[in-house]
Amino acid sequence: MKDRPMVPRADFRSYYGRPIVRPAVWHHDIAAYLFTGGLAAGSAMLAAGGDATGRPALRRAGRVTALGALVASTYFLVNDLGRPERFHHMLRVAKPTSPMSMGTWILSGFGAFAGAAAVAEAAPLLPRPLGRLLGPVGTAGQYAAAVTAPALATYTAVLLADTATPSWHAAYPELPFVFAGSALASGAGVGLIAAPPRESAPARRMAVLGAAMELYGAHRVETSKGILSEPYTQGRPGKLLRAGRTLTALGTAGALLGRRSRVVSALSGAALLAASLATRFGIFEGGIASAEDPKYTVVPQRERLAQRQQQHKQG
Amino acid sequence: MGANSLYGPLDPAPDAGYVDAPPRMGFFTDTSVCIGCKACEVACKEWNGVPDDGFNLLGHSYDNTGGLSANSWRAVAFIEQPAVVPAGPVDALAEAAAGRSDALAEAGCGGAGTTREPEFLGMPGTDLPGRTPDAPRTDFRWLMMSNVCKHCTHAGCLDVCPTGALFRTEFGTVVVQEDVCNGCGYCIPACPYGVIDQRKDDGRAWKCTLCYDRIGDGLTPACAQACPTQSIQYGELDELRARAAERVEKLKDQGARLYGHDPDDGVGGDGAFFLLLDEPEVYGLPPDPIVATRDLPAMWKRAGLAGLAMAAAVAVSFLGGRR
Amino acid sequence: MAEAHPVGFQYVVEAKNRGAKIIHVDPRFTRTSALADEFVAVRAGADIAFLGGVINYILSNEKDFREYVVAYTNASMLVSEEFQDTEDLDGLFSGYDTELNVYDQTSWQYAGQRAEGQEEDEAHADRETASGLEQESHGPPIPADVPRDLTLRDPRCVYQILKRHYARYTPEVVEQVCGVPQDAFLSVCEAWTSNSGRERTTALVYSVGWTQHSVGVQYIRTGAIIQLLLGNMGRPGGGVMALRGHASIQGSTDIPTLFNLLPGYLPMPHHQQHETFRDWVDAIRNPEQKGFWANAEAYAVSLLKAYWGDAATEDNDWGYGWLPRLTGDHGTYQQVLDMIDGKIKGYFLLGQNPAVGSAHGKAQRLGMANLDWLVVRDLFMIESATFWKDGPEVATGEIIPAECRTEVFFMPAASHAEKEGTFTQTQRMLQWREKAVDPPGDCRSELWFFYHLGRRLRERLAGSTLDRDQGLLNLTWDYPLHGDEPSGEDVLREINGYTTADRELVPGFASLKADGSTACGCWIYSGVFKDGVNQAARRKPGREQDWVAREWGWAWPADRRTLYNRASADPEGRPWSERKKYVWWDPDKGEWTGYDVPDFEKNKPPSYRPPEGATGVAAISGDDAFIMQGDGKGWLYAPSGLIDGPLPTHYEPVESAVANPLYGQQANPTRKRYDRADNPMNPSQSAVYPYVFSTSRLTEHHTAGGMSRQLAYLSELQPEMFVEVSPQLAAERGLEHLGWATIVTARAAIEARVMVTDRLRPLRIDGRVVHQLWLPYHWGNEGLVTGDSANDLIGITLDPNVLIQESKVGTCDIRPGRRPTGPALIAFVNDYRKRADGSQ
Repeated sequence: MKDRPMVPRADFRSYYGRPIVRPAVWHHDIAAYLFTGGLAAGSAMLAAGGDATGRPALRRAGRVTALGALVASTYFLVNDLGRPERFHHMLRVAKPTSPMSMGTWILSGFGAFAGAAAVAEAAPLLPRPLGRLLGPVGTAGQYAAAVTAPALATYTAVLLADTATPSWHAAYPELPFVFAGSALASGAGVGLIAAPPRESAPARRMAVLGAAMELYGAHRVETSKGILSEPYTQGRPGKLLRAGRTLTALGTAGALLGRRSRVVSALSGAALLAASLATRFGIFEGGIASAEDPKYTVVPQRERLAQRQQQHKQG
Repeated sequence: MGANSLYGPLDPAPDAGYVDAPPRMGFFTDTSVCIGCKACEVACKEWNGVPDDGFNLLGHSYDNTGGLSANSWRAVAFIEQPAVVPAGPVDALAEAAAGRSDALAEAGCGGAGTTREPEFLGMPGTDLPGRTPDAPRTDFRWLMMSNVCKHCTHAGCLDVCPTGALFRTEFGTVVVQEDVCNGCGYCIPACPYGVIDQRKDDGRAWKCTLCYDRIGDGLTPACAQACPTQSIQYGELDELRARAAERVEKLKDQGARLYGHDPDDGVGGDGAFFLLLDEPEVYGLPPDPIVATRDLPAMWKRAGLAGLAMAAAVAVSFLGGRR
Repeated sequence: MAEAHPVGFQYVVEAKNRGAKIIHVDPRFTRTSALADEFVAVRAGADIAFLGGVINYILSNEKDFREYVVAYTNASMLVSEEFQDTEDLDGLFSGYDTELNVYDQTSWQYAGQRAEGQEEDEAHADRETASGLEQESHGPPIPADVPRDLTLRDPRCVYQILKRHYARYTPEVVEQVCGVPQDAFLSVCEAWTSNSGRERTTALVYSVGWTQHSVGVQYIRTGAIIQLLLGNMGRPGGGVMALRGHASIQGSTDIPTLFNLLPGYLPMPHHQQHETFRDWVDAIRNPEQKGFWANAEAYAVSLLKAYWGDAATEDNDWGYGWLPRLTGDHGTYQQVLDMIDGKIKGYFLLGQNPAVGSAHGKAQRLGMANLDWLVVRDLFMIESATFWKDGPEVATGEIIPAECRTEVFFMPAASHAEKEGTFTQTQRMLQWREKAVDPPGDCRSELWFFYHLGRRLRERLAGSTLDRDQGLLNLTWDYPLHGDEPSGEDVLREINGYTTADRELVPGFASLKADGSTACGCWIYSGVFKDGVNQAARRKPGREQDWVAREWGWAWPADRRTLYNRASADPEGRPWSERKKYVWWDPDKGEWTGYDVPDFEKNKPPSYRPPEGATGVAAISGDDAFIMQGDGKGWLYAPSGLIDGPLPTHYEPVESAVANPLYGQQANPTRKRYDRADNPMNPSQSAVYPYVFSTSRLTEHHTAGGMSRQLAYLSELQPEMFVEVSPQLAAERGLEHLGWATIVTARAAIEARVMVTDRLRPLRIDGRVVHQLWLPYHWGNEGLVTGDSANDLIGITLDPNVLIQESKVGTCDIRPGRRPTGPALIAFVNDYRKRADGSQ
């Protein structure tokens, strides 16, 4: 009896170790959507930049990828909801306090613009009058999509942060930067894969800037949130985020150093895309992990309470 | 939207646009008189046609419900707290049981009030409630609490619902319209109490309605009606708060405290609040919940900033540097 | 109480909120303990030692309510010089017959009593027929005048005998026997005594598990002695109340489903003791005795008139010859053993599930598997209807479905919400219940079933001239039908009683006559339809009437809410205190008055003293508060009527982990035993069965589970059979929380999931550690959730007075892992038994 191990002294109490807040019921569809949404946004911006600066390869790749990513996003969302008409139900309401409602409108608007832009890529294949009409519509759509893209890339950060999931909510100041950076980097990745070296310079710069934003944000998320940073550094989420960081670094380095090689560029682009995917999954799973362990609900709230009591005493 | 629409003290029904709203109604759950009979759970399911939640022996004392869920809108928590002494554990009974009965005699073995160090029972979870000796007690305690949706003044679930399926009633309560809910699941992580939940078969969100279909007819919600000891009290929130204040004063020396009664707390006060005999987390409640949408404006600001940074980065990428 | 009677427990909570101190004494910490101010852990089966200690505390500290005790109890009565106590005879009273294991009770009588005491042969017959139960509400024969010493100093007076008997039950002994620390015990004594007296009263409320011991009746007696000593009987807020195990179990003893009683506690005639109508009636009314039973002939005749109407005449002794007779023990356990032996051919089970709910489940199932026919009326297909194909004995090969000879008829029954009728609760209050919905499908009420069963039997026998059929053919079976169902209210009218000439309802039992001019289905219920109004259906809310709330329901007898309430006034008829004022004598009006119906002749003054030679009601003195007793007094000492002794004495349970620390006599010497190979008992203090176990209910389930394991909303709340053990026992036996354990007795081995909990704790008994474990008994093999049945573990040993089984305490072994299955299970149990017998 005496030599049986005692309970390790826990510094908090809970109800049989059960979670207090409920982890999001979303499956990996939503993590994937975070990636495809960001990819769509980054690609759309790439397309607009490419078009504006006369880089047709970037334009084409950007437009097509944006639409492709958009279609994938819609698939993931519908899959998560279970039935297609449920997505349509979202459009009956516009609710400012619901990031998801806002996001639905952003996604729908972006979708219309990006769709027009992508379809315009097919203009040469169409009968002339229609093709002629499509050109300007596509251009207008392309710029409108680019203007909407930052919202599409960052609203998902608000979507996650506006929950009781401890490590998501605590990360709300930096999460938009992680997602924005990740979106840029993935857009840049598309550029690196699709564009010939002569067109790819902006994509390389986009990769560097995006990576910087993403790395800065992720660093803050992983280090400045006290115990709530922990879920992002441990287990699968930790592995994913570390993989994301490594891939980002490799991708960025490749983008900078391999500018003459199409193969290295493409590999770098692929690394950036994979990095973005890993980062999104890491952030997603880190939040879920923080909800599943009551420690992450109790300890920070206890600290907050203690602080308030301290202030109360002093004040 | 009013000044406190996202955060701070508020009467939610008028804020939601009800003109001449009736008084705000709610629950006061006094855990000091809960006998753990679970009549609330059964009455709730009978009235609301909630399906059973599976036949699983959890080993969490007598709690085989395992907290609130889509299929359990009332759930009684059971917490066994052995007597604990701050230092110098002498497990005389255990030693005696192992054949060293002299230790038993020396320690004055007896029934009630025997104090000893808690030991690990191999129960799930490494941090059994009550087994952290931060609250020395000479008596064994068995705490029971019927948990329920808090019907927050600032309800995270309602705020984030993208379809309007969750709405504020004229009584200030929060209800899901099952025919509007589209199963996005956003409300579920948004609840700071982990109350609202998705039903696996249809994907929709379900939770306590505070018997909206009863209180509109002047009836008491099923759980409060069934509660034999008035542990669950239903009424006008103001009156319940006054009653609770008296009750907590009376039970102060038993460690009684109110939970969710304060309009200045992180959710603007709960429509369903509690008298507890230990810390909230011991019952599976968050010690200091806040509604996430408190920070929504700040979040959008940060998102906007990140978006601008993104735009700037693209501009720099394309316009700056060498071609 | 919170565990099994949560709705009633609201009043305890309310009292607590008003400042009452709640003390809970139980082998394990339950939901009741959770709300109690103090919890006292006690060893199962040691209650008389505990309560005897309370009596000793009261007497040695003179805490008794002396005026009350002298006036209203038999404390001052002198007992025969022949009487010898357990203190003199090491656990036996005088008169023990070692052959029959019964007492010749002559020496227990009051001094100067004519030799009317029970002799051993008669005592033996009384045990066979559970005569103690027949005396539930009327005293056994006692002469009217007994010598008394009002100073209570005579060494032969009851008070002094009591004092000597309990002198050894000191706090030290209580600790030694019950495992209760002395300070906890003294705190109970202090609370009980300080809350009793002129200004205050204490109620003793027990649940019926208390009775399920081989000394069950004496448990209750000990409680009653304390309540009498403290003046808590017949007064508001006092009393001894049994929380019954189901709705209307009180009703089912009033209008009984028991083999030895007729309605209103009239005894079922015995073929030798009550050969003639006169023998029978005189045995009830004891012609020379005082008290209200003197009118028993009117009740008996009216009952027979209700049965047989015009066919019952003075010439045929009102049909007395048609009544069945007792020939011995026809109790439920004897019947089961008779079934095994092939002596019983057919059996009706109505809302009962003995395959799970009765002691020694295997005997129950094997008995039912050896019938010609079995009728089961229940809401669901319960284990007692499916044992022949799904029971545990099918797995072990002891029942082979293809060869099982019993033909089972299942009749779906209506639930309480699907039929009208009354429930009688613990306070003897009848409450009428309306039908809420029609029963589904073929489900029908009991009333429907028995009416049509009777009708068909009578049609089948019509024209028979056989004597044995006349009782059935002459029954009044003329209930008007509504659709195809008689009305419950018509039956209640018959129970109330009416004049046979013009069918006028009688106002109460005082109007019943012995000349055949009245008929009454149950004399104690007479008045329930007073003035043609269903009094049981009265529903005036408490807030609209005084605190006694007499306009809610109807309580027998005569709508009295508190029995023997004459005792709420002092001998002169004045309230004991303003605070506890209840019923008192109004000298100006010359009548008893108060909040309740006085339980006394309305105009008999407190100063009344019966003339020499008076009998019956006239012999009741103005201060004889206990008007149904043969001497008008509350009995601290029972000079007759109990098989196992005039005073409660601590005996160990039949299966005990320890030697009786108090006497050489280990267990109740007069207990009813069934020494048969198929009913083995664990040897006492056996190392093979070292642990004490007890069983009871969970709030979430209902008894044998027939009404709860079939419902998802209840099943999910307690989905599996489990066993509760202390962390210490878990460590000793290597049991893991939520793992499996096998529990073994001489009868069976069952498996259960392990619940390790601090709510159970080992106790130190007589110098050694005793582990107790606990089991719920709700599971069986049918329903949404299934599991082994705890009652399979229990053997058949009965209390001698009322033939109730000892099912709340036994010994067992517990070991980790699941039990063997199939024939290996039998070998496993047998092996244990051999080892236990070998080690003796």
